[in-house]
Amino acid sequence: MELAEEKLGEHHLDEKEVVDVVVRFAGDSGDGMQLTGANFTEATALYGNDLSTFPDFPAEIRAPVGATFGVSAFQIYFGAEDVTTAGDALDVLVAMNPAALLTNIANLIDGGLIIADSGAFTAKNLTKAKYKNSPLEDGSLDAFRILSINISKQVLAAVEPFGLSHKAALRCKNMWTLGLVMWLFDRDRVPTIENLKAKFADMPEIADANVVALNAGHAYGETAELPAGIHLYKVPKAKVAPGTYRNVTGTTALAWGLIAGSELADINLLFASYPITPASNLLHEMVNRKQFRVNTFQAEDEIAAVCAATGASFAGSLGVTSSSGPGIALKQEGIALAAATELPLVIVNTQRGGPSTGLPTKTEQSDFNMALYGRHSDTPMPVIASTTSVDCFEVAIEAVRIATKYMTPVMLLSDGYLANAAEPWRIPDVDSLQPFPVSHHTDAKDFKPSLRDDKTLARVWAKPGTTGTEHRIGGIERNFETGDISYDPANHQKMTELRAAKIAGIADDIPLQEVCFGNDSGRLAVVGWGSTFGAIHQAVKRACGEGLDVSHIQVRYLSPLPSNLGELLRRFEAVLIPEMNTGQFIRLIRSEFLIDAEGVNKVAGQPFKIGEILAAIHKKLADLEAGESGSAS
Amino acid sequence: MNKQLPVLTLKDFATDQEVRWCPGCGDYAILKTIQKLMPQLQRPRENQVFVSGIGCSSRFPYYMNTYGFHTIHGRAPAIATGIKLANPELDVWVVSGDGDGFSIGGNHMLHVIRRNVNLQILLFNNEIYGLTKGQYSPTSQPGTRSPSSPEGSTDSPLSPCAVALGSGGTFVARSIDTETKHLSAIATRGYAHDGAAFIEILQNCPIYNDGIFEQLKDKKQAPDFRVELAHGQPILFGQENEKGIHLNRESLSLEVIEVADNEDRILVHDEANKVQAQLLAAMAGPKFPVAVGVLYREDKTSFTENNRERIETARSKPGSLKELLHSGHTWEVS
Ligand SMILES: Cc1ncc(C[n+]2csc(CCOP(=O)(O)OP(=O)(O)O)c2C)c(N)n1
Ligand code: SF4
Ligand SMILES: [Mg+2]
Repeated sequence: MELAEEKLGEHHLDEKEVVDVVVRFAGDSGDGMQLTGANFTEATALYGNDLSTFPDFPAEIRAPVGATFGVSAFQIYFGAEDVTTAGDALDVLVAMNPAALLTNIANLIDGGLIIADSGAFTAKNLTKAKYKNSPLEDGSLDAFRILSINISKQVLAAVEPFGLSHKAALRCKNMWTLGLVMWLFDRDRVPTIENLKAKFADMPEIADANVVALNAGHAYGETAELPAGIHLYKVPKAKVAPGTYRNVTGTTALAWGLIAGSELADINLLFASYPITPASNLLHEMVNRKQFRVNTFQAEDEIAAVCAATGASFAGSLGVTSSSGPGIALKQEGIALAAATELPLVIVNTQRGGPSTGLPTKTEQSDFNMALYGRHSDTPMPVIASTTSVDCFEVAIEAVRIATKYMTPVMLLSDGYLANAAEPWRIPDVDSLQPFPVSHHTDAKDFKPSLRDDKTLARVWAKPGTTGTEHRIGGIERNFETGDISYDPANHQKMTELRAAKIAGIADDIPLQEVCFGNDSGRLAVVGWGSTFGAIHQAVKRACGEGLDVSHIQVRYLSPLPSNLGELLRRFEAVLIPEMNTGQFIRLIRSEFLIDAEGVNKVAGQPFKIGEILAAIHKKLADLEAGESGSAS
Repeated sequence: MNKQLPVLTLKDFATDQEVRWCPGCGDYAILKTIQKLMPQLQRPRENQVFVSGIGCSSRFPYYMNTYGFHTIHGRAPAIATGIKLANPELDVWVVSGDGDGFSIGGNHMLHVIRRNVNLQILLFNNEIYGLTKGQYSPTSQPGTRSPSSPEGSTDSPLSPCAVALGSGGTFVARSIDTETKHLSAIATRGYAHDGAAFIEILQNCPIYNDGIFEQLKDKKQAPDFRVELAHGQPILFGQENEKGIHLNRESLSLEVIEVADNEDRILVHDEANKVQAQLLAAMAGPKFPVAVGVLYREDKTSFTENNRERIETARSKPGSLKELLHSGHTWEVS
């Protein structure tokens, strides 16, 4: 289906009270936008809004100042109802320079608010963004509300008493701006002040200057004469379940899920990886967690990483390896070794835009095919996908459970959006998590490496160091009875079928597919997997609000699929499958269930907008309608 | 706690698997030597792990009645590293070929040596790809005729020991497949070494590269074509030890000289001298004898030890999952 977008109408800044707001902080890589966003997020969570964030980094580490390709942005969507995406269009755009304005203005709603640092709209910076005249002055922004302030000047004046260098003083610009935005939405500055004091504990004058800048920005909002139509907004608190909350990114949730998994499995974990965006942060997180049953290894390449992880599994630990598309491609031979020798292994794939280097900092779901079919030979392997940042925790535990219970590699699909996006998380009670302890085989009597569990078909796990269970395993086909190498044709047939049956059998050990919003039968099911959850959820909710018969199904278990999925999908007249690729999951659904599903596909490096899914829903329902009246005439 | 070890013999380390190397293959001799060495190491059998890549040589683990993992082409060093990280108590041996270890797996080989992972690496060098039926390898001499180089290969070969030294190897040695006593002694020293012990074993492939080491192995010719290094001893060779190696300090190169009247000019082997080790590793015929023995050895904290220390420090206060989940900023909703 052709991608179209519906503008969502209810965002406007005319009222004093608004249900939800999207704010985007955009500036140079060096402007500290990520830090600004993170502090605003914390204040917003404390205020009691539901929220979702989307940090959007440039690929270049230090782009030239003022360059359009060096714009770094942080987007937050917060409101009084459940928020599951970082928002379609912007209500408020903070533009720290012309490049930030240029690259984001197209996404601002009519009547939206621009907060711009006019001090950075110099002739030089305007030229870099290819503006002939300053858009702040030439009337080209008349459709919007503009708050054009010489923030640079304001900051220099505010922090003057600290005697900082000009450059150091200007670095406080982001805090001044944050202060102003905090005033705009009535957020508490205390946590930010504490964060600044902690961050600059070694440089108290820098900490103090930043705090003064933050307060000055806030005071500006309180006292300055603002243009008409710009005022303090009230965003009512969201109704959320009671509990203790924190913000968490997909990366952190995934790391902690792996750690939880190792505790529940009662097993040591070796995390072996080679740096690649956007997967590296998982390595950084794990490295700091050796106080748990975690060890880490930065290997010389992705192949070495998967091999070291597999070696650890052979030795009785659980090997985990992590990468993104290009690195996962390199790992495939190693993954197949783990599948052949039936050793547990978890492979985390934080997908990014491709092929090749592609869009390394942007998100995509185009490794579905590689995850399911990317290995040589008949090498089935479970694949599961996390749907939200928070969900990464549970999915990581589930990957550990399946890998250790079935002695198989498991691929966990995340993506660049989930990895970096933060959302509030009701912290689970760790004592309520269900343990699944692993037991290594220690009985030397009649031991063979080919012993397997009758029910799960999992091969026995006897680790080196155990007396009497000395054995050899390897990539050459193994005899079903003895585990010794075997070139026997019938045995290979049997072993190939066994490997397939073992993985297929996991379908009986995973939850049945549920409908996450709407009825479990009807006119249209929108079926997604992975990080499209948020946008689909909101779009289906809105469509239902319009009285349309639409349901949302999000599939976590991609291989094997839940055993009831086909039957469930057939209960709908039509199925729409949005994916951030050119249509990969849809081919599985169509071939597996012979269902005439239709795809909604986006490969722009950005997550789906709610309006894009909503437009597709409207179009599909209209097509169904037209088809019916057509056949009646 | 000192567990009484059962008395084991060579037989206890042999498996019931039919050995499938070609008749006369040098791999048989190496297997026998290592099987024989095992009981002498006085370590529980269950603590021995043999890890290999792919190649004729890499079938080795199937014939050792220990733990074994026959993995994928070139990656044994990485897999062995993972095993050591998971359980540093295990004695891990890597068995690899010249193609496995220095062609497809060259990257892993240099890194495992550089990191000084506590392993014994047995590199079977037959200067040919045996398993895939005899193509030239990265150690083949120029002019090697093979199915993939019918006119004779033109690529320059690498010297495994030189690469191991260049990678920061802390134990670099060379031996010969059929020299049981020598190989056993070198392997014993490699086993005792706390770090990556790299041992190149010159191995004859009678099928695809027969006789390339004949001069070094033949009792009659060997004295003229190979020199056995011993720490602290002058480097002598020849039928009557009448020749020696001299270091020309002007040109920083080695020379073969007559010993007579030159005793004080003969180079004395010093295992701790890396520059000298590089010169000795590079010695090749026809001008020079080939050096066997321990070329270089140094004490350096192993990867395994560094890792153990880091883990112990981190776990001095074990982590609490509950605390982790509640760390940083949290808020209550009632
Ligand atoms: C990924 C991959 N590429 C190629 C091969 C084919 N292959 C198997 S062994 C080998 C070369 C072995 O040579 P060497 O390591 O010198 O061992 P040898 O057989 O001489 O002992 C090759 C090219 C393979 N098994 N896997
Ligand atoms: S091909 Fe050569 S190396 Fe391989 S088993 Fe035969 S003789 Fe040995
Ligand atoms: Mg070879």
